[in-house]
Amino acid sequence: MSSKTVQQLDRVVIRFAGDSGDGMQLTGDRFTSETAALGNDLSTLPNFPAEIRAPQGTLPGVSSFQLHFADHDVMTPGDAPDVLVAMNPAALKANLADVPRGAVIIANTDEFSSRNLAKVGYAANPLDDGSLDSWHVHPVALTSITVEALAEFDGLTRKEKERAKNMFALGLLSWLYHRPTTGTEAFLTKKFGAQPEILAANLAALKAGWNYGETTEDFAVSYKIAPAPMPRGTYRNITGNVALAYGMVAAAHKAQLPLVLGSYPITPASDILHTLSALKRYNVTTMQAEDEIAGVGIALGAAFGGAIGLTTTSGPGLALKAETIGLAVSLELPLVVVDVQRGGPSTGLPTKTEQSDLLQAMFGRNGESPVAVIAPRSPVDCFDAAFEAVRIATTYRTPVIILSDGYLANGSEPWAVPSTEGLPDLRVSYASEPNAVDDKGKPVFRPFLRDPETLARPWAVPGTPGLEHRIGGIEKADVTGDISYDPDNHEKMTRLRAGKIAGIAKSIAPLEVDDPSGEAEVLVLGWGSTYGPIAAAVRAVRNTGTKVATAHLRHLNPFPANTGEVLRAYKRVIVPEMNTGQLALLLRAAYLVDIQSHTSVRGLPFTTVELADVVVRALEDLS
Amino acid sequence: MTALETVELGLPTTIGTGLAHIPHLASDAPAQTKKDFTSDQEVRWCPGCGDYIILAAVQGFLPELGLRKENIVFVSGIGCSSRFPYYLDTYGLHSIHGRAPAIATGLATSREDLSVWVVTGDGDALSIGGNHLIHALRRNVNMTILLFNNKIYGLTKGQYSPTSEEGKITKSTPMGSVDHPFNPVSLALGAEATFVARTMDNDRKHLVEVLKAAASHRGTALVEIYQNCPIFNDGAFDLIKDRTQQEARLVHLEAGEPVQVGSVEERRTLVRGDNGELFFVPAAEATPDRVVRHDPYAADPSQAFAISRLDGPDMTHVPMGIFRSVDRPTYDDRVRAQVQAATDTAGGPATDDDLDALLRGRDTWNVG
Repeated sequence: MSSKTVQQLDRVVIRFAGDSGDGMQLTGDRFTSETAALGNDLSTLPNFPAEIRAPQGTLPGVSSFQLHFADHDVMTPGDAPDVLVAMNPAALKANLADVPRGAVIIANTDEFSSRNLAKVGYAANPLDDGSLDSWHVHPVALTSITVEALAEFDGLTRKEKERAKNMFALGLLSWLYHRPTTGTEAFLTKKFGAQPEILAANLAALKAGWNYGETTEDFAVSYKIAPAPMPRGTYRNITGNVALAYGMVAAAHKAQLPLVLGSYPITPASDILHTLSALKRYNVTTMQAEDEIAGVGIALGAAFGGAIGLTTTSGPGLALKAETIGLAVSLELPLVVVDVQRGGPSTGLPTKTEQSDLLQAMFGRNGESPVAVIAPRSPVDCFDAAFEAVRIATTYRTPVIILSDGYLANGSEPWAVPSTEGLPDLRVSYASEPNAVDDKGKPVFRPFLRDPETLARPWAVPGTPGLEHRIGGIEKADVTGDISYDPDNHEKMTRLRAGKIAGIAKSIAPLEVDDPSGEAEVLVLGWGSTYGPIAAAVRAVRNTGTKVATAHLRHLNPFPANTGEVLRAYKRVIVPEMNTGQLALLLRAAYLVDIQSHTSVRGLPFTTVELADVVVRALEDLS
Repeated sequence: MTALETVELGLPTTIGTGLAHIPHLASDAPAQTKKDFTSDQEVRWCPGCGDYIILAAVQGFLPELGLRKENIVFVSGIGCSSRFPYYLDTYGLHSIHGRAPAIATGLATSREDLSVWVVTGDGDALSIGGNHLIHALRRNVNMTILLFNNKIYGLTKGQYSPTSEEGKITKSTPMGSVDHPFNPVSLALGAEATFVARTMDNDRKHLVEVLKAAASHRGTALVEIYQNCPIFNDGAFDLIKDRTQQEARLVHLEAGEPVQVGSVEERRTLVRGDNGELFFVPAAEATPDRVVRHDPYAADPSQAFAISRLDGPDMTHVPMGIFRSVDRPTYDDRVRAQVQAATDTAGGPATDDDLDALLRGRDTWNVG
């Protein structure tokens, strides 16, 4: 170990930024993994363009990965980076506005050529012209040092050597923050095992980056961040999409039913399809459908056959699936629909996050067609949300829409891995025999005779003798399920379907309020991925000695039974959302309470500072 | 980007055994009758509708398959024909417009033990649901699709359909339709369907023969059934139903036989010209080396396709029967085989321990 100064920090936010082809997501992922292994709590925010390779060196081509890690629990990926790694002028220009003065910038000087500077509109080189004097800039010739360090690799072209510069950067940052690199070495060995020279070059670049930090005088100080105290357990790092896929597998396993996914690739949901496609051994069948409509059709067909039917998509796909979800409402079959929300309308912002499909999930179908809607609050909570969706779908024989979003899908955090044995039992039973007698006393099967408690109808799967029946999207007579155009019957069935969904509230926990003093006048209420920023903002406000309450809605339809009561208990209810006020609209309509709607649609999560400011202003307003 | 690899699937060999995986009645069980397959629902098609004949034929022929009726499922879309499932005492799902093949794909793939039937019409299958139809056909999912073609929209009261002839005057085309129609058989062959046939509502014997062959085919079987709509397109098939005209127009396809049309006295035989084109000549003039013999089992669908093109809007030559019947591994068999192979490789169905291992992954750390 070097004799350089080591300083202890409690938290750091690092942003790796470069061209789409620079491997910034991989670098970020590896640094995250090293950080997780060290026991820090963490949260990540990948941010990349929809184009696979936008023109090199341009602003639209910039891809970044932000990581917040600390010796205490972390709620968000961090408002502003303490360290920006800028692999080219475009990365510097695109990110500088987010980097507070005094923060560290590590810039790859090799890319700051006049041509690259001109591409992004820099008249002079910002590394030389004094414009960055307020920041702590480390100019590092990342590319040429990497190439030099790989001089002995005769079999590699210069371009191939340059490509290892992200590993050099990772090595340098790993040294700077005392991260172990063994995990990355193992990762590289697995990835490049078949190409020994490329593997050796990447390992050499990683080592060279580490050594550079240790030897160069430019980096006089390195930093340590102690592990965060976390509850006992086995931990791993996981993204929301993978957690959601695992949650579905685990739920189907605990239901002892096959999981059948019908899906059409769409950003940012495709990773769920990819993950599940590799899990066939867990009784998972995946079908890549010809379109979004077929994806949900396949899931519904499988559900009719007795499987856990799942379809995964984003907003545009949910729109296409609407009619089939309505059919599932009418058929009263279990179905899980995952919408990983992204910026809209239309194609919108495919790789950016938003919460603007809440009203689509609630109302985006013809007729009175209520479905259950739930939203995970963090990447790891996607696992529990999937589990809860399966419970509701199978218990109430209804479609359930899970509203994840781009930030949860790609963001990651440490997860205390549950044991399968401890997960709730989700076993269900199919109908196996007639459930009524006809007027001649003969046993018959009535497909729409409901369970008095849940109002769910029997799940009678083909292959069961004696229960042959026909169901369809035409209105059905109560109990018998025969086609019926009778006015009173339609009234009754419409209200039964609504009552069934409303009744789910009996099976969910009341809305829990976090109000330590019990004297707060302002409540901040969130849903979905705003949980982290709200929690961080509330913590920041409380640190100033101010009282503020917070609560989080996981169930959006139905709401927990005590929601109205909670809202009415506060002078001011603030609802921050990444849309233009969709939950606020629902709450006002349902409870006739005023809501202070704070909204933003910038494709990025809220910052702690922004939300803390909203709370402080509300408190000033009331005083 | 590196080129993606392909692997030799080397998967299922169970071809040509259409009903083998479906539970049959015990050999000593009382024989099923038409009544067993008739539901208690009142049939609500218009008087004289061709659908009645098809329903009676299906109800009458299903017992012959010897399957347990609880293992039979009819899935339909929207349209007059799509009410079909309500009238059969099997499992049934009356879905939404055009989507029946997609829903049936999910059902058939997740349930090997079911005999899955799709009932659809020319609008449902070829217009709003065209995408699902061609993908079901190319995948070759185990299901039998009955496409009732009456060349009109019936349930919406008389607009032209994708099989209506050009110039057709309907409520939505008062100056005549400018849409060029699909030939459903050509379309199915173009999508590389493994079983394609055509039959007609008023020829019960032929209908039942074709349905039996379709039911026992492993893979997607598409059966186009010409069906008369007495209300909105009455007489659409009179030219080929009329006893005096029929003989001159219907081309009965028989495997291995020359393709012929016309009465004994006026028989014409299909021959292949110098450039591969097919045309009819008087039987006596057909030289043996030019005669086209029908081969539904040919791997190459080109000749079957060429035969399907003999048909035109004026119905001068209408081929009837099985155009194509070939074996190709089915989508659902292969999907199930991959799940099975993955399970076998892992040493059997997943236990709690296996799931624990998945959830933990390879990169964990312990606290406390």
